[in-house]
Amino acid sequence: MITGWVAVAGSAVTAATPLLYAALGELVVERSGVLNLGVEGMMLVGAISAFAAGVDTHSLWLAYAAAAAGGAAIALLFGVLTLSLQTNQVATGLALTLFGTGLSAFLGRGYVGATIQPLPPLDLPGAGLPVLGPLLLHYDALVYLSFALCALVAWVLGRTRTGLRLRAVGEAPRVAHDLGEPVLLIRYLAVLFGGAMAGIAGAYLSTALTPMWAEGMSAGRGWIALALVVFGTWRPWRVVVGAYLFGTVTVLQLYVQGSGSHIPSEFLSMLPYAATILVLVIICRDPKTILLNQPASLGKSFHPGY
Amino acid sequence: MAEWPLRLVPRPAPSTLMRWAASPLAALAMLLTGIVFFGALGKDPLAGFRAFFIEPLNSLYGLGELLLTATPLLLCGLGLGLGYRANVWNIGAEGQFTIGAITGAGLGLFLGARLGPAAVPLMLAAGVLGGMAWAAIPAFLRTRFNTSEIFVSLMLVYIAQLLLAWLVHGPWRDPAGNNFPQSAPLPDAATLHPLLAGARVTMAFPLALLLALVSWWFSTATAAGFRMRVGGLAPAAAAYAGIGDRRNVWMAMLISGATAGLAGVCEVAGPIGMLQPTLSPGYGFTAIIVVFVGRLHPLGIVLASLLMSALYLGGQNAQLELQLPASVSGLFQGVLLFYLLAAELFIRFRLCWVSPGMRRPEAGR
Repeated sequence: MITGWVAVAGSAVTAATPLLYAALGELVVERSGVLNLGVEGMMLVGAISAFAAGVDTHSLWLAYAAAAAGGAAIALLFGVLTLSLQTNQVATGLALTLFGTGLSAFLGRGYVGATIQPLPPLDLPGAGLPVLGPLLLHYDALVYLSFALCALVAWVLGRTRTGLRLRAVGEAPRVAHDLGEPVLLIRYLAVLFGGAMAGIAGAYLSTALTPMWAEGMSAGRGWIALALVVFGTWRPWRVVVGAYLFGTVTVLQLYVQGSGSHIPSEFLSMLPYAATILVLVIICRDPKTILLNQPASLGKSFHPGY
Repeated sequence: MAEWPLRLVPRPAPSTLMRWAASPLAALAMLLTGIVFFGALGKDPLAGFRAFFIEPLNSLYGLGELLLTATPLLLCGLGLGLGYRANVWNIGAEGQFTIGAITGAGLGLFLGARLGPAAVPLMLAAGVLGGMAWAAIPAFLRTRFNTSEIFVSLMLVYIAQLLLAWLVHGPWRDPAGNNFPQSAPLPDAATLHPLLAGARVTMAFPLALLLALVSWWFSTATAAGFRMRVGGLAPAAAAYAGIGDRRNVWMAMLISGATAGLAGVCEVAGPIGMLQPTLSPGYGFTAIIVVFVGRLHPLGIVLASLLMSALYLGGQNAQLELQLPASVSGLFQGVLLFYLLAAELFIRFRLCWVSPGMRRPEAGR
């Protein structure tokens, strides 16, 4: 019984990890005042970049570097359009998702059915211990790095000058500009960071969670990551809680499916999506929660003027 | 600091010329990109162009296919366009399409043979109601709980597709279908027949054109259409004038759900003829591009749906002729939307060459 629950908890952690990377990246983007709805597209580009690089070079390091670069590259496209060319952020984000889906399917046409050595667990000292070992010490490097990333994002945003400047740009770009902050540069850097993190999230899908490539394999996780940022009211540690909640829902429904339940599997597969709607309703129910936490200039274009 | 000699300067008033030229320019830029892209893949660009844009359309059958594929794009696009004008972002047309197909086909499957000539109109109505019901969920959650309709409508796409998968794998599976996950074929009375011999296009296309006219009339000549436009252009002014945000959200979601549901039932009662796990290659999402390329205007949406339909057919033909993957269509559609969004910039801004000597001192910028 206990080993069963430990296995569920372990799978929940790995299921939550890609959501965590994508959501933390998007959190930084949104705190700078930019709404990038293209997370799903960036994740898919990251997934195929990592898988292709992994298959061709047999190096997982290069795979993750390629994923971060791929995600950042199409995020740059988003940045040029929304920041330099002042396009509507919602429309451009949707375009990025549609484009990323098409681009990844095109790039991945030769990689369907290829196999890759999945990301190995680290086997930290003590991994052999009962319960504690598999529960805490038996994950791959990306799982541990996701905690480091969260701590880093929380520290930079909350405790450093860099974070203060980024938040100023997100709350009041005009004021930040008048005080001499390079608003567009800061937003560009945030968008690139978000793209790289979404790329890594995608890489985790195609090299760790399900080591393969399939068209559209992110299956809405990019959108769930976006919803997690709202759920976490734009705070890093709350996003972690949300990601783990989702990881648990995803894995529990898989276990119920596997245990020969009479509930049709399609209904169980709906659970993560239904849960996303439910948590959004709970968080947004009180308009004050959003008003007080959402970056004030989120989604609005900023033109420095000449 | 070194600066670009090229500057974007705001125009005193939006440019009428660019408003008309933005979409054709974007389409042209996409064509050029396509030619370069075929060349980069080592295909003859001219052969690629022929395979993509000429061959699929040079017969009556091909033209029929163009209109057939344009129909769901046009229907979904018309509803979404009205919503986007009101700043209501329904991006879940694919889900409303799926539910419309389920409710419409469900009626046809179980009562179609008994209803006779009334079957098709009733099925279309059932599809419309199904799409509206599915779109009512994000409308309700947005107006009652302040929840973003973007996320909710998108999550409902996955839920709708899983519901369809359950139906065709389970209760509605055709017992005579060799265990394929599909429903029984719709009875003849519950089928939209082709308009012409030798083409597959059905009466759904003229119906969609008619609805384009209706939507034009709705948004320019009715009070409700006016309220939606004001709500989108100037939310603060709308609120001051007593135009409720809630009413606009409900209108926008219900109309776009209705047209997407209609598109779903027309597909399933027309060319597909039964329920199967995948009913659409993403028409509901492509319709978003159609709306923007059509610049939110019914006439533009008609033209954009034809262009996007040509891209679908071109992608299919290129797959056969040039061994290119069908995903090339998706790639081109995304590229087209990027070009268009960039071209729209020049409606509000113009590009100015500022020579170094001409530059004003940056005093109080």
